[in-house]
Amino acid sequence: MASSNSLMDSLFQRSLEDLIKGLRLGESTFISRSLEEIRREIKLTDLSTKSVALQKLSYLAALHGVDMAWAAFHAVEVVSSSRFAHKRIGYHAIAQSFSDQTPVMLLITNQLRKDLNSSNEHEVSLALECLARIGTDDLARDLTSEVFTLLGSSKALVRKKAIGVVLRVFDKYPDAVKVCFKRLVENLESSDPQLLSAVVGVFCELTAKDPRSYLPLAPEFYKILVDSRNNWVLIKVLKIFAKLASIEPRLAKKVADPVCEHMRKQNVGKSLLFECIRTVFSSLSDQETALKLAVAKIREFLVDDDPNLKYLGLHALSIVAGKHLWAVLENKEAVVKAMSDEDPNVKLEALHLLMAMVNEDNVTEISRILMNYALKSDPLFCNEIIGSILVACSRDSYEIIVDFDWYVSLLGEMARVPHCQRGKEIEHQLIDIGTRVKDARLELVRVSRALLIDPALLGNQFLHPILSAAAWASGEYVEFSKSPYEIAEALLQPRTCLLPDSIRAIYIHSAFKVLVFSLGAYFSAQEPTSPPLAQESTSSGHSVVNGFTYNSISSLVNMIELGLCSLSGTIDVEVQERAKNVLGFIGMIKHEIAEKATSQNSETEAHRAIAFMEDVFSEELGPVSSTAQEKVPLPEGLELNENLEGLQEICREVLEPMAESDYSSDKVSFSVAKLRIRDQEEASSSLPPPLESSSLLAEHRKRHGLYYLSSQKSEDHNDREGNDNNTSNEYPPANEISVDSFKPKKKISKPRPVVVKLDEGDEPKRKPDASSSNDESLSRAIQTALMGKGKGKEKEKERVKENHEMNVDTENIEQSSRREKKNKKNGERSSKRSSRRQRGKEASVTKPVEVPDLLL
Amino acid sequence: MDRLMSLCVPSLNLRMHRSLIDSLEIQSCYLLSEHSCLASGFGSIHFVLLVSRQGKVRLTKWYSPYTQKERSKVIRELSGVILNRGPKLCNFVEWRGYKVVYKRYASLYFCMCIDAEDNELEVLEIIHHYVEILDRYFGSVCELDLIFNFHKAYYILDELLIAGEIQESSKKTVARIISAQDEMVEAAKEEAGSISYIIAQAS
Repeated sequence: MASSNSLMDSLFQRSLEDLIKGLRLGESTFISRSLEEIRREIKLTDLSTKSVALQKLSYLAALHGVDMAWAAFHAVEVVSSSRFAHKRIGYHAIAQSFSDQTPVMLLITNQLRKDLNSSNEHEVSLALECLARIGTDDLARDLTSEVFTLLGSSKALVRKKAIGVVLRVFDKYPDAVKVCFKRLVENLESSDPQLLSAVVGVFCELTAKDPRSYLPLAPEFYKILVDSRNNWVLIKVLKIFAKLASIEPRLAKKVADPVCEHMRKQNVGKSLLFECIRTVFSSLSDQETALKLAVAKIREFLVDDDPNLKYLGLHALSIVAGKHLWAVLENKEAVVKAMSDEDPNVKLEALHLLMAMVNEDNVTEISRILMNYALKSDPLFCNEIIGSILVACSRDSYEIIVDFDWYVSLLGEMARVPHCQRGKEIEHQLIDIGTRVKDARLELVRVSRALLIDPALLGNQFLHPILSAAAWASGEYVEFSKSPYEIAEALLQPRTCLLPDSIRAIYIHSAFKVLVFSLGAYFSAQEPTSPPLAQESTSSGHSVVNGFTYNSISSLVNMIELGLCSLSGTIDVEVQERAKNVLGFIGMIKHEIAEKATSQNSETEAHRAIAFMEDVFSEELGPVSSTAQEKVPLPEGLELNENLEGLQEICREVLEPMAESDYSSDKVSFSVAKLRIRDQEEASSSLPPPLESSSLLAEHRKRHGLYYLSSQKSEDHNDREGNDNNTSNEYPPANEISVDSFKPKKKISKPRPVVVKLDEGDEPKRKPDASSSNDESLSRAIQTALMGKGKGKEKEKERVKENHEMNVDTENIEQSSRREKKNKKNGERSSKRSSRRQRGKEASVTKPVEVPDLLL
Repeated sequence: MDRLMSLCVPSLNLRMHRSLIDSLEIQSCYLLSEHSCLASGFGSIHFVLLVSRQGKVRLTKWYSPYTQKERSKVIRELSGVILNRGPKLCNFVEWRGYKVVYKRYASLYFCMCIDAEDNELEVLEIIHHYVEILDRYFGSVCELDLIFNFHKAYYILDELLIAGEIQESSKKTVARIISAQDEMVEAAKEEAGSISYIIAQAS
């Protein structure tokens, strides 16, 4: 019964073609029905039926994303067939679906070995292709000797594929290098262009991973570069030299000539020409003739009608822009023209180049042109433009910006670009400039005000970060504001309900700052005799006079109270708490404002509270280094890795002495502020909680003052400007750099304001890159293999050893490392060896041994 | 016997169904993060894709390890990008730090993914080379040839590239190898094709 069923299945099995036809009919359940069939058919013993089922499954997997991992074992079965047709289907399925985790991987080792040894070259080629795709560590190890044999095969088809497989085998099993490397190198001298192409391709990939190991082969590559007529081979060799020349400058000199020769040829293929240009730009840019020729050639690309060449021309220019900006400047017309290309890729490359040309003389002009482009562009490109302006201008702490008023207003303009989605970056820069550049604050407040009072902006969620920065700036630097009332009104306008809660909290807090400032100004105007307050207002030293009358101040207080009333019931705790803080504060001082108008008593509670709050907000905020946390020394006795069970005790130990020290030592350093705070504490022990928390904040700021960037006091500031003559070298006046600006520049009379810079930590830290152990062992093995080359006796010895043991032989590495590794900065070498290396090093100071003399 | 015959004879006029759109869409997957790191391959070409103008996948070949989910995601992303590009734009797309070189031949887009520093023009030549070989093999190749002989397209690609590296630049050689392989298959098929053989196998 079973056999007759299977007979029916084999007889009436759907072929691949039937499956494809069925799929084209578009039945929705067809795939699942076919899969059922396939599952049944694939289990039959008949290999023909099985292989067809597998083929159909491969089709569904490749084009319809059906999972075929479950059929792994059946694929192995099909491969074991003696027929080529089956094998081919099987190997195809395996190459398509196997991964390193496939459990039946172990089962195919023997089958692969059998096929690799087959007398039929097509079967061998199938097995090689499969190995090239799925080879695991184990497979590579077990089949190394077969691959070695095939590398010397007399059949070109087999040899070529064996060369291709070597790449995978080396990667998975570095020790294979010892066995196979010599034969691989021998193929570099092959006269067959196909073999040469394959082997150069392998070396191209190997060199890309670890150029230093292949320096000794430079003469062979050089010969190919000069002799070969095959574009594909030449491109690969050029890639190899691009890598080699970047670590061995003398090689660059040697290679420049043949590269130029290729470029000068009349009918050179574009792909080869482009590779020559790119090689020159990336690695031979110090060779003047070559560079000039390449720049001349790239111009042909830039003016070509073919969008591919135009794109590649721009792309190649961006490689060289960092080192030789003149190459870009010479082609500036083409770059500017490409900005209006219809291809977004071309536009993007042109934009990058344009930004590379920006300097402090032309930044205003270029930004203006670009902003006009941004207004006309599609959203994607518009944001690219805005993003690159932001990046270019903020580079190295705004190095190219001289006129910060202009830049701040540009940031404000960006917010008005309809497609702008770069809110986060703009927010960061607005705040950053506020903290770093004192002279820009007036303009910053002006721009912020314009953003805040525009109710239309609140509806655009991409602008919310910018608004939050604007709110913060107008609160923090409210003393520059012409009309605090207007700002408070803008901060509490009804449409702020469109903001996310976190930003609303910032709005409320800013309104609080405005309120405190206004009250402070009101009181100090009332009593010019009160010394600390008078100091306070003059030290902020900004001439904007806020003539607060009783009417204006009480209307401000009422407006804020009204605006916040509705917020005290918000669900979000942050918003609610801040609203209640402010309302509590208002409740405390409100009735005394009225009294103030009549009585002259300066020692009222409200007065002190306001003075205190002003003090809290008076500390200037500065930029914080990203490494600030690391600079804090680890307190003695703090065990970070300990179990937290004893936390209770530790807390007591740490907190108590600190609390004491508050009263003892701090008195000396922060006399005025401190005393006031203590006065406050003594006078009214019943302060509302918000004040307590802000006093804690003040305490914290004072105590850890050293971890915040010291804000420059005004006399400090003057000193610095006096001493700043040396720093001004970094920003030479506009008229000095005229050589490399390409737009007619404007003279800027205004001196560049001081930008607070941190010595370090402005840049995010880069992690040192760790090369994977596998790569390292591969390069070590190759260096070993190359050292054997050319030294006949030693090589023989090594070969004998290899036959005995395949494992990495430390002696071998040691021998090679004497010659090879001097330039390698591997700290791992043992001290025993270092003395021997020392000798080698002395000999090689003048000339590294890797590149034989004939080249240099 | 009659039924067997009828199974073998194509009952549809396929050319009429050229624009028929399969109801099955590429299975979509949102599980992967946007910047999922793709494992790097060994050669210079990471994968080859053939996509029709309607977004139907006609061939996929992966030289770097991708899971089935990643494959579907890659196909979806790329065909979205490439099919929407106009005819006069350049043939390169930057994508997740790689470059995808594509070229349209009639209704088919041939796409190859390479590293950023590889030579784009060279890959365009490889693509053209592949198309020429296909053309020579099928005799003025069209999309339908590839639909119904998708395995042949794979075998030809395997002769052209190994481990993501170009291995054969001679069209003639590829044609010779493929026809030799075809002959081997045909010879075996004749032997196996007889009904008596099938019955002998089954019983």
